[in-house]
Amino acid sequence: MNAKIIEALQAQFGEDGVYGIGESHGILQVTTAVENIVPMIHFLYAHPVFKFQFLTDLAGIHFPEAKGQELGVIYHLHSLENNVRLWIKVYAPIEAPNFPTITDLFATANWMEREAFDFYGIIFEGHPNLIRILNMDDMDYHPMRKEYPLEDATRNDKIDELFGR
Amino acid sequence: MSESSVKIVEAPEGVEGQGFFATSLDSLVGLARANSLWPLPFATSCCGIEFMSTMASHYDIGRFGAERLSFSARQADVLMVMGTISKKMGPVLKQVYLQMAEPRWVLSVGACACSGGIFDTYSVLQGIDRIIPVDVYVPGCPPRPEQILDGFMEIQELAKKESTRRRNTPEYKALLASYGIE
Repeated sequence: MNAKIIEALQAQFGEDGVYGIGESHGILQVTTAVENIVPMIHFLYAHPVFKFQFLTDLAGIHFPEAKGQELGVIYHLHSLENNVRLWIKVYAPIEAPNFPTITDLFATANWMEREAFDFYGIIFEGHPNLIRILNMDDMDYHPMRKEYPLEDATRNDKIDELFGR
Repeated sequence: MSESSVKIVEAPEGVEGQGFFATSLDSLVGLARANSLWPLPFATSCCGIEFMSTMASHYDIGRFGAERLSFSARQADVLMVMGTISKKMGPVLKQVYLQMAEPRWVLSVGACACSGGIFDTYSVLQGIDRIIPVDVYVPGCPPRPEQILDGFMEIQELAKKESTRRRNTPEYKALLASYGIE
């Protein structure tokens, strides 16, 4: 099944349009360019055999050392009919983290995209209500980006002396 | 008539004579308040489970006159904060505190409510005393029901000893002002 999916995707989007092909725990993963992501998800949704009609998850990721493609979005698709899963990854530079929204196809992507925006500052163009969802509204940064420390900067009881450091 | 085994609260200090007993109004009111505190449980996580045990028959917080939990802040005397308070929850907790009428006390139960505990992270409030004044801290992760009862008894001591008009004292006003509370 995975080989068929790769074949169909490459026939539709070209050899250059689908790359970074891999498999993990039997789940196919592919990488594509930002401009391909919406047509690709629509193609897989409407495909007569694959029918990837369920968006399991959508998540952001940050790789600070990958220059030019620091921020990524990973789409987890599930074909309920075939019981086959698929991950699609797309990356964009941190200076312009703009991705198209897929809320038109999957209503469930609404909150997931808000979450990715909240934690990574990923901008989903065309999203109906792109505001923070989990963190407090007046937070002024995107906390899961790796340049920010995980620990709370205002904590004052972690004195080195007490911890023998 | 046999000696009753029921233990009742001792009378405050005062002058006693045949047919009369004189004491200060403060200590009389304090006696009444301390033995009928209505707690408002603000339980968000595992310390809340310990509180359930504290409340239930085995430990029975009712023995201290606190069996009437007030789920309305307006009628509560003691705000018992049990569990991790995230920064997003902070304004909610503060509003609950503001809705309480004087006299009001705050019992902070567990490491998370006292200091943020193990959750030294961007999303968690590092101790509720950053947004509301706290009277008694109960350490532990989570504390045993006995510890919660001990903390509650400390609140009772405060209620007994404090002036009935605590809210009019300059120290109390200054404390509230430091939290930006009118």
